[in-house]
Amino acid sequence: MSGAGFPAAARASLADAQLRRNVGKATTTIRAKRAAVVEELPDWQALRDAGAAIKAHAMATLPEQLERLEAAVQSAGGVVHWARDGAEANAIVSRIARDHGAREVIKVKSMATDEIGLNDALAADGVTAIETDLAELILQLGGDSPSHILVPAIHRNRAEIRALFERTISGGEPLSTEPSALAEAARRHLREKFMTVPVAVSGANFAVAETGTTVVVESEGNGRFCTTLPEVLVTVMGIEKVLPEFRDLEVMLQLLPRSSTGERMNPYTSLWTGVHPGDGPQSFHLVLLDNGRTNVLADEVGRQALHCIRCSACLNACPVYARTGGHAYESVYPGPIGAILTPQMRGLGDAPTLPWASSLCGACYEVCPVKIDIPSVLVHLRGRVVREERSRVDPEKAAMRAMAAVFASRGRYERAQRLARLGRGPVARLRGGPLSAWTDTRDLPAVPDETFREWWRSRA
Amino acid sequence: MRIALFVTCFNDTLFPGTGRAVVELLERLGHTVEFPEEQTCCGQMHANTGYGHEAVALARRFVRVFGDCDVVVSPSASCVGMVRDGYPRLAELAADAGLAREVDAIGPRVLELSELLVDRLGVEDVGASFPHRVTYHPTCHSLRLLEVGDRPLRLLRAVRDIELVDLPDARECCGFGGTFAVKNADTSSAILGDKLHNVLATRAEVCVAADNSCLMHMGGALARQRAGVRTMHLAEVLASTE
Repeated sequence: MSGAGFPAAARASLADAQLRRNVGKATTTIRAKRAAVVEELPDWQALRDAGAAIKAHAMATLPEQLERLEAAVQSAGGVVHWARDGAEANAIVSRIARDHGAREVIKVKSMATDEIGLNDALAADGVTAIETDLAELILQLGGDSPSHILVPAIHRNRAEIRALFERTISGGEPLSTEPSALAEAARRHLREKFMTVPVAVSGANFAVAETGTTVVVESEGNGRFCTTLPEVLVTVMGIEKVLPEFRDLEVMLQLLPRSSTGERMNPYTSLWTGVHPGDGPQSFHLVLLDNGRTNVLADEVGRQALHCIRCSACLNACPVYARTGGHAYESVYPGPIGAILTPQMRGLGDAPTLPWASSLCGACYEVCPVKIDIPSVLVHLRGRVVREERSRVDPEKAAMRAMAAVFASRGRYERAQRLARLGRGPVARLRGGPLSAWTDTRDLPAVPDETFREWWRSRA
Repeated sequence: MRIALFVTCFNDTLFPGTGRAVVELLERLGHTVEFPEEQTCCGQMHANTGYGHEAVALARRFVRVFGDCDVVVSPSASCVGMVRDGYPRLAELAADAGLAREVDAIGPRVLELSELLVDRLGVEDVGASFPHRVTYHPTCHSLRLLEVGDRPLRLLRAVRDIELVDLPDARECCGFGGTFAVKNADTSSAILGDKLHNVLATRAEVCVAADNSCLMHMGGALARQRAGVRTMHLAEVLASTE
């Protein structure tokens, strides 16, 4: 996180007109698609309730569910690793890759491995990670970072991608901006990797404690290649991804695609359970990643952030995200969910401005498939930042206390009203201070000659 | 019916005309309005900016001032949202079971103006006339916290001589968000820009909403741009007999 936090990072993004157009156009399109497929389900609200209940139960019994998952994966022939933080998880993956003599690993799109910087860690150990998700590949080739959960390269348009591919993977061949031509160029580049690289790394959308089954949901089929062709498969998943029962997938697999891509069902849903001789990877490792998640779980209000299934509907619905894009959040988890997840996972002191990166309009809560009350968590985290991170002599704190004292007494309140009219007192002082940010683009109304209560008394 | 008015500190000080309009409107409909003069602020600014404990004191004050009233009306969807949606959480923050009971008891009796008119008083035609081209912006808290739905529009449609035009992308936030407008002024202004673009596209003379806070934000920019569009609270249109 840069020192200035979200307001400054947002200002930089807002100044990029191309980025605003790209993000605005993409979010508008996905929102309309989502609305249409949600509209056609009469029991959508009941599904949301079911999704919220499943997640709340999973989090309330997390230690038990993780132990069930571990036992089920082990009995299906998999190996389970526990990683307290990113460094531990990276070391585990790197060791597995090197144990199998891999100089390259192919990757399924994964937020968790982005979160812990796995690719860089592998590179430091001499292992090259190759992203196979089209958008992640675009970012990797461009030395760029993701700005959306579902559409990581949402800030790039077709012309920018064509130029990038011509520079990197098309072998000198000129490309058009047709999506099929761009996809074909990526396909040729990736197919060879699928056939030759012995180790794959994936994330997980869900993992079922009951059966030890891991689930990846995707659109392109490149994930399916990674989870079936290599000899070794390593899955890195945040511990909050566990679902207690297999039947829970019935709810989640209805909620996720409709909320994320606006599809009734996504094209590829891969489920695998341990190892099967002669079929698929012969070695399966599951890395259970904490990396701050138990801190989130400790906060009774904030813990609902762990219910997130990474659909990104809240990003697309958010008026802030639609203007700033994802990089302003300075985290792999952007948008409203990032604004409540990042400060809790990294610590409030590391992202103290993110809880204020919202107008509290409530659009995120309205679309969340598992009913995370993001506005309430934002307000809760604002309170924690004020109480835990700000000094006692903070000027905002002093102003807020002064205002609270004014509102606590009718006499002080009415005196403050009279002073405001004279351009003095606590209200008027805000004009020269914080309110100057207001008057850059907006006029302030003049304070009327008569308050409502003065009028009320005058007619009695 | 005896109806207590919670005018809100913001309207009391900066938009007294809205409070006067509520009084005139309800009296015209044959009701008695009371104004408990001990009222100040609901605490929304404090609560939403991270000063929950300061807001708890104001919630206690609100409950004390309005506790005996059968019906409380307020011309501010976001302040009503604070009382109904925010106070239970403040009671939790304060770990005050007594306050929790009191806010649960008073919450359902605190209504936003369009809720009072349509649901409690059963009236949509309030006898207003307003011969102007008008567009209505549903503020986020009226839409998503209170879920007032089309009540304000039903009231506006019944106004004589009004020319009501749909606002494109009406459900989009205007970018105000209380202290968000100051703390993230650039982002707030960017969101506002798109909202005003849509308002201007309607060629309305007046943009109406149920919250003067959002209207101050929108109106402040419209005035700065000399756009020639006025902002006006729903209550003032409904009180009008032009």
